[in-house]
Amino acid sequence: MPAISCHDLVVRYGTRTAVDGLSLQAEHGQVLALLGPNGAGKTSTVETLEGYRRPASGTVRVLGLDPTAEHRALVARMGVMLQRGGVYPVMGARRALRLFARYYSDPEDPDALLELVGLGAVASTPWRRLSGGEQQRLSLALALVGRPEVVFLDEPTAGVDPEGRLAIREVIGALKARGVCVVLTTHELPEAERLADEVVILAGGRAVARGTVAELAAAGPGPAIRFGAPAGVDVAALAIAVGAAPGDVTEERPGQYTVKGESSAGRVAAVAAWLDAQKLPLADLRTGSGSLEDAYLEAMRAEKP
Amino acid sequence: MRLQRLLAQTGAEVGMTLRRGESLLLTVAIPVILLVFLSKIHLVPSAVSDSISFLAPGILALAVMGTSLVNLSIATGFERGYGVLKRLGSTPLGRPSLLGAKIAAVVVVEVLQVIVLVPVSLALGWHPTAGGAGVAVAVVLLATAGFGGLGLLLAGVLRAEVNLAAANGLWLLLLLVSGMVSPLAKLPRWLEEVAKVFPAAALSQALHDALGLGHAVPGWAWLALVLWAVLAPAAAIATFKWE
Repeated sequence: MPAISCHDLVVRYGTRTAVDGLSLQAEHGQVLALLGPNGAGKTSTVETLEGYRRPASGTVRVLGLDPTAEHRALVARMGVMLQRGGVYPVMGARRALRLFARYYSDPEDPDALLELVGLGAVASTPWRRLSGGEQQRLSLALALVGRPEVVFLDEPTAGVDPEGRLAIREVIGALKARGVCVVLTTHELPEAERLADEVVILAGGRAVARGTVAELAAAGPGPAIRFGAPAGVDVAALAIAVGAAPGDVTEERPGQYTVKGESSAGRVAAVAAWLDAQKLPLADLRTGSGSLEDAYLEAMRAEKP
Repeated sequence: MRLQRLLAQTGAEVGMTLRRGESLLLTVAIPVILLVFLSKIHLVPSAVSDSISFLAPGILALAVMGTSLVNLSIATGFERGYGVLKRLGSTPLGRPSLLGAKIAAVVVVEVLQVIVLVPVSLALGWHPTAGGAGVAVAVVLLATAGFGGLGLLLAGVLRAEVNLAAANGLWLLLLLVSGMVSPLAKLPRWLEEVAKVFPAAALSQALHDALGLGHAVPGWAWLALVLWAVLAPAAAIATFKWE
């Protein structure tokens, strides 16, 4: 039995459709990332799995339970991190964790959790005086205090500094190793790339691409040389200089160029030599097949009419 | 397990209430100041010979209203605004334990108010009718249910900041037409009749009769108290949302 599954899920707010026929599933010990721009339906999907919203149609199961009808049974086994807020503004981290621990029959040790997310030094500071990153880490700790079997993290790294990101990544890695199913939403591609076993890219409430990070990257654009240079470079002249077909050198976005085809050292040298001859600077040179970012941008482009 | 959750949440609610300066101002400081000020300076000539006999039960009623209506409503409204209620919705705490803890915290604060206000009133020369204490407790519990339901209803339908203004405004409005600091009979006849529909006037009248005069509480006051105690919480539960 998968840890979470939804089939043909539709979520509506009045006449607006936020999620439009989405199916997905994740197993125990798996990290599933829902990726997509704002308004893609990520939070609506997660909040339906958490039992906050009732699907307009479709079926949703978390640990085999219906999240709304069997909410009482589910909450004891589920951990939730909301996109923002969720803690009494006057309450410190230690007090909040101790309070939440008493909601569960076999909780984690609040003090150990506090150290795990690196909040030991600010344990008594009221929530409203914590930094954004500290608030996120406390929310994460609160999601874990009940030893959940499935954890939902809505934008866990939003507003978190690099050190905090590292802490959050380590915690998610440890959850996975323990067999916990982690569902996270993000619009930060590097986070999804590092954390997720499985990625579903959402747009307009539908899945537009899915697979492992490697699968998505491989399915994206083929091998190419990608680089940054001033906008408006003569791509036709560059194509001739490097021996590429005319349409294979493109300016993807202003100042972002792609030379499709094999990305050998010789070809890289040819690109660099041509830019040098034009007295143009070269930045962000990458070679090889596409990244998750390329796959994501391609999926988004395909969505736009 | 359920009891453990209820106790933990009650402790948290009481702790937060007692650490909130503005709620202590409303629930303890303002009633004490009004009690001392109005009993020493005869701003309002009362029907009874000594003003403390009138003021003591009235201020107790005012204190109860501040805790069960205003304090509860404002705190709950902001908890909703901060996403706290939503977050609690995905824990095993559950709605009955959350509401139970909130009610228990209100009663704890009311006990503290009695502990402060009664000795101050006695020091100012109040001679309560001790036999009315039982009736007074019943009346206060009914009023707490009515006010609490009304406060949670407001907190459920209004945005936190709007609710803050609305709850304070309602407190002032009910104070003026309640017979708490000046006798109900001083109001124009029509306004007096309107006032009697609301739980504030019923609470004030009942405490005056039970503690001050040793009279039986009139039927209209019992009726208003019981109706609000049943209908307001029912309406609050029907409209309660975690978000």
